[in-house]
Amino acid sequence: MHDDRLVIAGREFKSRLWVGTGKYKDFAETKKAIEVSGADVVTVAVRRVNITDRSKENLLDFIDPKQYTILPNTAGCYTVEDAVRYARLARAAGVSDLVKLEVLGDEKTLFPDTAGLIEAAKILIKEGFIVLPYTNDDPIVAKKLVDIGCPAVMPLAAPIGSGLGIRNPYNLKIIMETVKVPIIVDAGVGTASDAALAMEYGADAVLMNTAIAGAKDPIAMAEAMKYAVHAGRLAYRAGRIPRKLYATASSPIEGML
Amino acid sequence: MAEPVHIQVNGERRECRVGSTVGDVLRELEIKTERVAVELNLEILDRKEFDRRNLQEGDRLEILTFIGGGADGFSAPLARGQSDAR
Repeated sequence: MHDDRLVIAGREFKSRLWVGTGKYKDFAETKKAIEVSGADVVTVAVRRVNITDRSKENLLDFIDPKQYTILPNTAGCYTVEDAVRYARLARAAGVSDLVKLEVLGDEKTLFPDTAGLIEAAKILIKEGFIVLPYTNDDPIVAKKLVDIGCPAVMPLAAPIGSGLGIRNPYNLKIIMETVKVPIIVDAGVGTASDAALAMEYGADAVLMNTAIAGAKDPIAMAEAMKYAVHAGRLAYRAGRIPRKLYATASSPIEGML
Repeated sequence: MAEPVHIQVNGERRECRVGSTVGDVLRELEIKTERVAVELNLEILDRKEFDRRNLQEGDRLEILTFIGGGADGFSAPLARGQSDAR
């Protein structure tokens, strides 16, 4: 499978599991979970430096930007202006032109505001950003995002942090048929089988945070997710058998008494 | 001695000497500049501007960095324009 690399905007990624860095107990646990997961892309948020307590450690002291692709997000942004502002700040902080663009619609569902997302993506693409948009499982929106220049789309499986798994596999499949860029299923997976299923459907990668960080044993779940994504990808490439209503014997009849 | 200049850094009131630059404040706060973004009155500053930009009375400085986050919905803590954060 070493030839099965994920390429987005000319960048090659080894891992098809991407992970977030939020909600862990501490940076040591974050680091360990990422290592065990095998992910080479990690998402981070942009926030104010704590100026009253300078003793606080920095996340990037634990996660080496030379070793991982750091993908800043615009999590927590509910307007185009905020999302664009945070994306610019992320770039100014000096990691790269990559941004996981989120424009959220409301605090209860955290569903994307797709109209705002497209608007913000247009602005940022014009400014040279590589925009990876967190979007709904809506094939039409996915196509629009690709048409304006997003080199990948990141449809949700289910609401962020819900752990509900893939709510609309048919929409995801339509997105995969509709757009010819990598699809990264982002948000909503709860356990290993959800991630495997996403990959079996043909997703190019899966991004998750809560499913690992919120597990009873995050390190063990990180490992489970690594194998799930790998197994799902292998199964997708292998090509599953069609579903049939009735049995087909797998042992030959010939030679029976 | 001249009156100090009153500014806000990450939403908190602070004083600095007349003629202080953004770089001075960063050094005073012992903030390593390699992975921070600095916004002065909503304008994102280039790193090489830090030591050139003098602070004026009422300036609002935001200093940001990367923290843990993923497919999460943290609320954005940055002040919007002149109003305070939600």
